[in-house]
Amino acid sequence: MNARDSILSKIRRSRLSSPDDSARRATVTERLRSHPAGIVPARGAVEGEARIALFVEKAEAVFASVARVASSAEVPGAVAAYLRSKNLPQAIRRGEDPRLAALPFDTEPQLAVSVGPSDGHDLAGLSQALAGVAETGTVVLTSGRDNPTTLNFLPEHHLVVVSAEDLVGDYETVWAKVRSIWGAGSMPRALNMITGPSRSGDIEQTMLLGAHGPRSLHLIVVGG
Amino acid sequence: MKVTSPAFKENATAAIHDTQLQKALGNVETGFVAKRKKGAASLPEFEALRDSARDLKIHVLKHLDLYLEAYERKVIASGGHVHWAETAEDARRIVTDICRRLGAKTVTKGKSMITEEIALNDHLEAQGIRPVETDLGEYIIQLRGEHPSHIIAPAVHLTKEQVAGDFRRVHEHLAVDRDLSEPVTLLSEARAVLREQFLAADVGITGANFLVAETGTSIIVTNEGNGDLTQTLPKAHVVLASIEKIVPTLEDVDTLMRVLARSATGQEMSVYTTFSTGPRRADDPDGPGEYHVVLLDNGRSAMLGTEFEDMLRCIRCGACMNHCPVYQQIGGHAYGWVYPGPMGAVLTPTLVGIEQTGHLPNASTFCGRCESVCPMRIPLPRMMRAWRAREWEKALNPGTQRFGLGLWAFLARRPGLYRLAARIGRWGLATLSGGRGRVARLPLGDGWTKHRDMPAPEGGTFMDRWKAGERP
Repeated sequence: MNARDSILSKIRRSRLSSPDDSARRATVTERLRSHPAGIVPARGAVEGEARIALFVEKAEAVFASVARVASSAEVPGAVAAYLRSKNLPQAIRRGEDPRLAALPFDTEPQLAVSVGPSDGHDLAGLSQALAGVAETGTVVLTSGRDNPTTLNFLPEHHLVVVSAEDLVGDYETVWAKVRSIWGAGSMPRALNMITGPSRSGDIEQTMLLGAHGPRSLHLIVVGG
Repeated sequence: MKVTSPAFKENATAAIHDTQLQKALGNVETGFVAKRKKGAASLPEFEALRDSARDLKIHVLKHLDLYLEAYERKVIASGGHVHWAETAEDARRIVTDICRRLGAKTVTKGKSMITEEIALNDHLEAQGIRPVETDLGEYIIQLRGEHPSHIIAPAVHLTKEQVAGDFRRVHEHLAVDRDLSEPVTLLSEARAVLREQFLAADVGITGANFLVAETGTSIIVTNEGNGDLTQTLPKAHVVLASIEKIVPTLEDVDTLMRVLARSATGQEMSVYTTFSTGPRRADDPDGPGEYHVVLLDNGRSAMLGTEFEDMLRCIRCGACMNHCPVYQQIGGHAYGWVYPGPMGAVLTPTLVGIEQTGHLPNASTFCGRCESVCPMRIPLPRMMRAWRAREWEKALNPGTQRFGLGLWAFLARRPGLYRLAARIGRWGLATLSGGRGRVARLPLGDGWTKHRDMPAPEGGTFMDRWKAGERP
């Protein structure tokens, strides 16, 4: 017997009262199909401005910085302002996301925008979030040409654009969106939930920002 | 990893007299305990979520074979490979074969207790493959040739001065007069050194906090981002996970995520929760070219259907050890194997055998704090008692202890004799105390009186006072 069958049969012997496991199979199939939600914290059940405010509050509580702009036309200005405030060169790397590609970067002639995954030499990366979760101030990013995963982790500064209409109250709403895009039972190669900048408490439990991932996470909330 | 659990008592004595260790352990109570309290209080639904997290895992274990099959189908459908390993040796061989086939020289590793369990690093080194731990705490203890002393804070037993000494010793290419006096400078140095390793690695190995049957996804939860760099940059990502990590759906992950970080570090959510499904896709500009999952049994299937099945609900948050008065005094190394604290006292005997590890389930005051903070409501004290019972059945405890317990059992079954013995004992202790209310030296009991006085009984025995009508 190979290892797979051996492990599975050991489990089955401990589980089965009768050789007929059709009822167990039906239970499992139904749970995977219906994916019932568990307890969803009431905290996220807010809408409109209250949801944006909760998202901002929770994100700032985990040391992300947040800028709010009225429309996407103002995003390049917000990017340039952030880089200036950190004394960084006016350069940023982004993926091919059409929403990022449509930004009027020509309003910031000093800002050099490059496109593609990071090889570790970029100081600042710019991504578009699939969603923001108000419950914990979390942004959700998905892999692919639009927003390469390396941009989430290699640059020192990660700037993430979140549309107010993509803000949701809880994680469950994110899964509904993922299923509507990738189909039931499927996922993008990588889905990153990011809650604040990289940190470590491994030395004497002293919490420090900027371990291996970005030292700072700057969220730009558009609209709302 | 060598099992030093048989020397638990000597290990514990040494730990108590180790001033560096005691200084470092002071951070556990002030840090983790206070943070978990704040984390639990941050969510009104926290206690209800613990109930549903427990129920969820009970459901999974009941159907573990079927969820594993469903998970495997999904991993294969997304282009990944699933390898089944019955033993630690099987798992090591599978990982080595993947590394060899890819001609790997350097392997980066995210934090994974399973790789400690199977002693993967030693094995890779013996094969000429260099493993590089990338979690800051794991990196530090790798430099020291040590093992983690805590399942989520591997270097919790060290002070910053010790870490600075290690960095000066190993990072020889850096300026000798650089300042390493603060944790922040140590972190910056580790970041710079490890960044080169991330970019040079051929294979990245991570553990998994959860495996999702619905989608064939593996999940890692980290704060540093090292796990993500480990799995994104190399040619292949190898996930090592034990079979009980399965959860049915993404919604079920939500339930566990909501209790995990709050119980572990008190955070509402860890910084990076990463869902990985298969290798790089046709339109992906980055990500690993190969994606492998090694499903490890290593004794877990044998726990199903026994009084230790509940242990398989564990999500490795570390709350039990953070709150354990024994762990707080002696740290993790004294336990003598990979998993310390109350969860280790239950798990280590199942994985290594009670013959070598009998001290561990006995190293408990049964105060019950571990169970009271466990997000999965695992009855750790009950299972430690079950190990003590097995140890007794196998006659593994020392003769003096068996004699003492046998004597007590003899008396306990004879109430008249028991009461007489209690009266004699009361009289004896009161006489020894000489009216001072405490006994400084107790014949046959110097294990107790060497470190503290024994309080002398006041008044009659409990039964006498009860009979006389005294009530609390």
